[in-house]
Amino acid sequence: MEQAAPDPERLLQPAPLEPLSHPDAGLESMVGEETKGARDEGPGDGTMTENNFSLKKIEISVSEAEKRTGRNAMNMQETYTAYLIETRSVEHSDGQSVLTDSLWRRYSEFELLRNYLLVYYPHIVVPPLPEKRAEFVWHKLSADNMDPDFVERRRIGLENFLLRVASHPILCRDKIFYLFLTQEGNWKETVNETGFQLKRVADRLYGVYKVHGNYGRVFSEWSAIEKEMGDGLQSAGHHMDVYAASIDDILEDEEHYADQLKEYLFYAEALRAVCRKHELTQYDLETAAQDLAAKKQQCEELATGTVRTFSLKGMTTKLFGQETPEQREARIKMLEEQIKEGEQQLKSKNLEGREFVKNAWADIERFKEQKNHDLKEALISYAVMQISMCKKGIQVWTNAKECFSKM
Amino acid sequence: MEIERDPPCPGPVRVMSVGVWGLDLEQPGSQDLILPNGGTPAGTASPASSSSLLNRLQLDDDMDGETRDLFVTVDDPKKHVCTMETYITYRITTKSTRVEFDLPEYSVRRRYQDFDWLRNKLEESQPTHLIPPLPEKFVVKGVVDRFSEEFVETRRKALDKFLKRITDHPVLSFNEHFNVFLTAKDLNAHKKQGMALLTRVGESVKHVAGGYKLRNRPLEFAAIGEYLDTFALKLGTIDRIAQRIIKEEIEYLVELREYGPVYSTWSALEAELAEPLEGVSACIGNCSTALEELTDDMTEDFLPVLREYILYSDSMKSVLKKRDQVQAEYEAKLEAVALRKEERPKVPADVEKCQDRMECFNADLKADMERWQNNKRQDFRQLLMGMADKNIQYYEKCLLAWESIIPLLQEKQEAK
Repeated sequence: MEQAAPDPERLLQPAPLEPLSHPDAGLESMVGEETKGARDEGPGDGTMTENNFSLKKIEISVSEAEKRTGRNAMNMQETYTAYLIETRSVEHSDGQSVLTDSLWRRYSEFELLRNYLLVYYPHIVVPPLPEKRAEFVWHKLSADNMDPDFVERRRIGLENFLLRVASHPILCRDKIFYLFLTQEGNWKETVNETGFQLKRVADRLYGVYKVHGNYGRVFSEWSAIEKEMGDGLQSAGHHMDVYAASIDDILEDEEHYADQLKEYLFYAEALRAVCRKHELTQYDLETAAQDLAAKKQQCEELATGTVRTFSLKGMTTKLFGQETPEQREARIKMLEEQIKEGEQQLKSKNLEGREFVKNAWADIERFKEQKNHDLKEALISYAVMQISMCKKGIQVWTNAKECFSKM
Repeated sequence: MEIERDPPCPGPVRVMSVGVWGLDLEQPGSQDLILPNGGTPAGTASPASSSSLLNRLQLDDDMDGETRDLFVTVDDPKKHVCTMETYITYRITTKSTRVEFDLPEYSVRRRYQDFDWLRNKLEESQPTHLIPPLPEKFVVKGVVDRFSEEFVETRRKALDKFLKRITDHPVLSFNEHFNVFLTAKDLNAHKKQGMALLTRVGESVKHVAGGYKLRNRPLEFAAIGEYLDTFALKLGTIDRIAQRIIKEEIEYLVELREYGPVYSTWSALEAELAEPLEGVSACIGNCSTALEELTDDMTEDFLPVLREYILYSDSMKSVLKKRDQVQAEYEAKLEAVALRKEERPKVPADVEKCQDRMECFNADLKADMERWQNNKRQDFRQLLMGMADKNIQYYEKCLLAWESIIPLLQEKQEAK
C-alpha cells in the first residue's frame, strides 16, 4: 500500500472491500427491492431512470454555497454551509439543458446519503465524500469549516461525489438518491407529517360528531309541542346523542394508529444509529490509514535522504545538525516496526469494519422486514377501524331514519 | 358534554348542560304547550250560520287523491338575457279537467316576480286562508350566484312546492288569480288591468278596522299562536345546528384533502409499501368526495325547506293577528249595541255581518290549520328521512372505499 503524495481521496478510502459472501444469496435481490429496476445495467454515463421509465441524460452541479444559521437538535443556534444542487436534463436533439430541480443540502445530508448507500450496497464501492473537517493547514492553528478555500474545495468534492454516483450503473437508479436530488424534505419528515395531519383530521371529525348532539336536545324540546310527531322526534333525538358520543371510542382507536406510526419512525432512528456507527468505524480506519501513510512517507524519506514532508524532527535535525547513520538506522528500524504494527492494525480495523457492515446489514434487513410487516399491520387495522366507524354510522342513521318514518 | 335524558317519551323537557359543542340555542326552559286539538271552538263563536261555510267543509272532503283534477308542475328553467336585465323563467305545465279551465292542458313561462305577484294577490283575495310561502326573494349571502345550477334548481323545487300546495288547497286552487297565473299567455297585461277579483270575504276583511282590543281569544287560537311561536323557534335552532354541522363538515373536508396526498408522498419513498400507501391515499380521496356530496345535498335540499317553514309560520302568525282584529271589531260593535239599552235590542245588520265574517274566518283558519298540520308532518317526515338517507349514503360510499383496499393491503408483494 504505497502512497506517493497524500491524496485526500485515497486517504479517506480504506482498502477496497471484497464482496461479502452473504449467508443469504439473494443479496442483489434485496438491494433491488429498495430500488426498482436496479438489476438492469444501465449505460455508464449520467443517465438516470426513475421508476424504470423515461431515460434522460442529466447534468448535476453543486453550483453555490451559502452560509446559514439555524437551530440544531439541541435547539442551539448553529452556523453551517448549505450547497445548491441543480439538476438539468439534456435534450438529445439540440443539447440544450433545462433546469429540472434545484434544492439546498448541507454536508450532513450528503453524509446520510452516502451512509445509506454504503449500507444498502455493501458490495459496491461507493464514491467518497470530501473531507469532513478542514485539513490542518500549517499556517492556521485550527480547522475552519467556514474558510472560503475549504468551502470551495468541498463544493467541488460534493459535485464529484454526486456525478460519480449518477454515473454508476446501479447506484444511479437508487430512489433515495433520486429524491436527494429532487425532493426537499425527507422520509422522516413525511411520516411525521402523516401523524400531524392525522391529528388535525381527528380534531375536525370530533367537531362534526359533537354538534350532532344538539339535535338530540332540540328534537326533544320540539317533540313536546307535537302530537303525532312527538314520539318519532324524541327517539330520533336519542340516536343523535348516541352518534355524538360514539366519536370518543373512534378517536381512541385513531390514537393507537398514530402511536404505531411513531414506532415506525424509531426504525428510521435505528437505521441512522447504524450509519453513525459505521461512520465512526470509517473514521477510525481513515485515521489509521493516514498515520500509516505518514509513517511510510517518513521512512522512505529517511531511507533515501530526501525530505518531502514537514516534520518537527526533520526541522530540528536541519537546524541542530545531522544525526549519525546509527541514529538514522535506529529510527528507520523503529519506523519499520511501527509500520508493521500499523499495517496489522489497519488490517484488523478493516476486518472489523467489514464484520460490522455485515452484521449491520443483517440487522437492517431484519429491521426492514419487521418495519414493512408492522406498517402493513398498522394500515390494515386502520382500514378495519374506518370500516367499523362507517358501519356504526350507517347503524345510527338507519335507526334515526326509522324513528323519522314513524313521525 | 353531559346529557341527561329521560327514556324516550313525550313530556316535559329538562334543561341540559352543554359543553363547548352545545350551541347557545335559546333561553333555557320551555313550557309545555297546549296542543292544538280538533275540538269545537269555545268562547264567543256562535254556531256557523253562513252557507258558504258549509260549502267549504264539503269541498274539504272532496280533496283526496282519487278525485284530484288539477296537476301543476314547475320545470325547465331558462335564462333570458335582455338589454335591461337577465333573469330566469320556469315552465308551468297545468293539466286539469275542471270547468274553470277552457283547455285541458296549458304551458306557460313565468319568472319569480310573477310568483310574487300571485302570492300577493292570494293574500289580498283570501285573507282568511294560509298562503304557502315563496322561497326568499333576495339571495341572503352575496357569495351565492343566482344563476348557478344549484341555486336555480333549489329555487325551482321551492316554486314547484309552492304551486302544489295551492293546487292541493280546496279554496285557493279555485282562485281566479291562480287560474290566470296558470293560463294567461301574457300575464303582464292582466297585471296591468289591476283585476279587482276579491272574494266577498276578502273584500270585507280588507276593510276591517284595526285598533280594537281583543277580549277573549278563543283557547284554540291562542294555542295555535303559542304553538307557532315555539315551532318557529325550534326550527330556527335546527337551522343553526344544520348550518353549524355543514361548516364543521367542510372544515373536516379541508383537512381530509390535505391528509390523503401525504400518503402519496410517503408512498414515493417506499418500495414494498408503495402500493398499499398509494391505495390508502386514493381511498381517503374517495371519502373526501363523498363528504363533499353530503354537504352539497344538505345545503341544497335540507336548509331551504327549513327556511320555507319558518317563513310559513311567520305568515301564519299575521293571519292569526288579522283574525284577532276581526273578532275584536265584532266584539266592540256588539258591546256598543248592548250599551244602547234598547228594550229589545235588535242586532243591526252590520253587527251580524261582523259576526258572519268572524265565524267564516275561524272556520277557514281551523280547516287550514288542520291541513297544514298534516302536510307539515308529511313534509318533515320526508325531510328528516332524507337527511338520514344522505348520511347513510355517505357512510356507505366510505365503507365501500375502505373495504376495497383491504385485499390490497393484505397482498403479499412479489419479491423482485
